[in-house]
Amino acid sequence: MDWQGQKLAEQLMQILLLAFAVVAFATGYISGSFQMMVLIYAVGVVLTTLVTVPNWPFFNRHPLKWLDPSEAEKHPKPQEAVSAKKKPAKNMI
Amino acid sequence: MHSFGYRANALLTFAVTILALMCAMASISDNFNHPSPSAHVEVLNINWFQKQSKGNDEVSMQLNISADLQSLFTWNTKQVFVFVAAEYETPKNSLNQISLWDGIIPSREHAKFWIHTSNKYHFIDQGSNLRGKEFNLTLHWHVMPKTGKMFADKIVMSGYRLPEEYR
Repeated sequence: MDWQGQKLAEQLMQILLLAFAVVAFATGYISGSFQMMVLIYAVGVVLTTLVTVPNWPFFNRHPLKWLDPSEAEKHPKPQEAVSAKKKPAKNMI
Repeated sequence: MHSFGYRANALLTFAVTILALMCAMASISDNFNHPSPSAHVEVLNINWFQKQSKGNDEVSMQLNISADLQSLFTWNTKQVFVFVAAEYETPKNSLNQISLWDGIIPSREHAKFWIHTSNKYHFIDQGSNLRGKEFNLTLHWHVMPKTGKMFADKIVMSGYRLPEEYR
């Protein structure tokens, strides 16, 4: 995932879970069935997991441009002016 | 959100926290329920009334217990525990409470009932004070929720009196 994708995944996760919680509680309360609330919420959690946890392609629409290793040798360590996007993230997917 | 495990953990933690909040809200919603239960207990007959060998009075009676506790049930109610207690005063104790009968009501449909029974638990005094004793019969209930706070209340019925002499 890229940075934008990570942010999107986190936001989606929070919004989806909250939305399902609201729907679940409302349905349970109105229909007078506690079981209905838990069921809807459980389905919501599973769905949210499927949407936000795996590394889907749409989370990688702004991929980072990593320099070719041989390219990096040709260019010396960057000065302040050049270094806008060079962030060494070691545990990226 | 750096890796699969990271996201899975974040999601699970958030999901469980929200679940806890939902349960709290469900419990709070019970406060909006204003129940109107009714009950009546009748002492049909005194089966026997003796002084035990240890010196304590014991009485056995036939009871007719009828109640409508349907309004106690909400969507968050697991069951209602109900019991009938006899309450009276003696020189030694300002309040004696003895449970005579109890039962569990599992659902709203079973909450309107009447039952004709002798006392389920022994009515034994601490001593020998029961002759001619006036007592109250109180119907207590505990509304046990699926999540959250348990509510308990009672209805006091007074005006009962034990016989003057042993039978």
